[in-house]
Amino acid sequence: MKRLSALLLAVALAGGGIALAVDDPSEMLPNSVQEKRAEAIGAHLRCLVCQNESIEDSSAPLARDLRKVVREQVAAGKSDQQIMDWMGDRYGEFIRLAPQFSWSTALLWLMPALALVAGLVIAWRATRSRIVTPVPLSDDERARLDALSGRE
Amino acid sequence: MNATRRGLLTALPIVGAGVLGVGFWKMLQGMESGGFDPRAIKNPNVGRPIPEFAMPGLPGLGDGFTDKELKAETRPVLVNFFASWCIPCVQEMPGLRSISRNMPIWGIAYEDKPENASAFVQRDGTPYARVASDRHGRVAIDWGVTGVPESFLVAPGGRILWHGSAALDPQIYDAEIRPRLAGL
Repeated sequence: MKRLSALLLAVALAGGGIALAVDDPSEMLPNSVQEKRAEAIGAHLRCLVCQNESIEDSSAPLARDLRKVVREQVAAGKSDQQIMDWMGDRYGEFIRLAPQFSWSTALLWLMPALALVAGLVIAWRATRSRIVTPVPLSDDERARLDALSGRE
Repeated sequence: MNATRRGLLTALPIVGAGVLGVGFWKMLQGMESGGFDPRAIKNPNVGRPIPEFAMPGLPGLGDGFTDKELKAETRPVLVNFFASWCIPCVQEMPGLRSISRNMPIWGIAYEDKPENASAFVQRDGTPYARVASDRHGRVAIDWGVTGVPESFLVAPGGRILWHGSAALDPQIYDAEIRPRLAGL
């Protein structure tokens, strides 16, 4: 039973892998270099129906139409930037899975660097404060230590 | 460590968590009252002129229309993307018929077989002054349409004044569209 369910899982996962990207091989461009470029561009475009998938991963009709547009424009010799701008022009910044750097996204993009710097500062201060320069014992303390350790 | 530093270090995470909590509470409240929709897509075409297009008509419903004809209108026009396969579009038809008594509505059939779209529009009386067919959804992409129904208020001259992605009814017309007509 266990082996059967493992097999079923493996088949399901393999099927899922195949189901990704284009639904229909006829969608693909005949030129494999261009097709690779179109897939890379599509992977950065949000499917506006499913919203958390790229148009390459989604099987929504709108994603299919947008994949077609990307391939037409790649075949027509448009640059990646031109195609992304064409999409952004129609659907806004939201269609980019990775938003462009701007004032409103600065905190988002700079957060890893900020977190690293803050962590380094905290770590530096923590190690520095732990190094305590030893103060010599006072006469009273020395006498108590001697009494406690049995030395006379 | 002195008392003020200890106090500050204790207060910072509490204040941070508090600010986050208030933020999340406001978002949830907005989602409940309808003021905030995390899935809403802001259409960048609002405020811009309509894109260029030319579409054929539907069988029995006259010729289609072009961006030039829409721009040449002297009254504001409500442009409505619909499809016979879309359930909210079926639901909004009575609302559209009532709105069509106040202003012209031009319909665009989105990714629909022309004969199906034509039969759907004519079944209970068409609300549309003109209808065109966007058979493969390419015109809709230029308008930034992500699904049906979606509607656009177009001013004379062709500037888009408003965009809505819900099924229209007289309440939305009174709240969103009528106030914008007053300024024209």
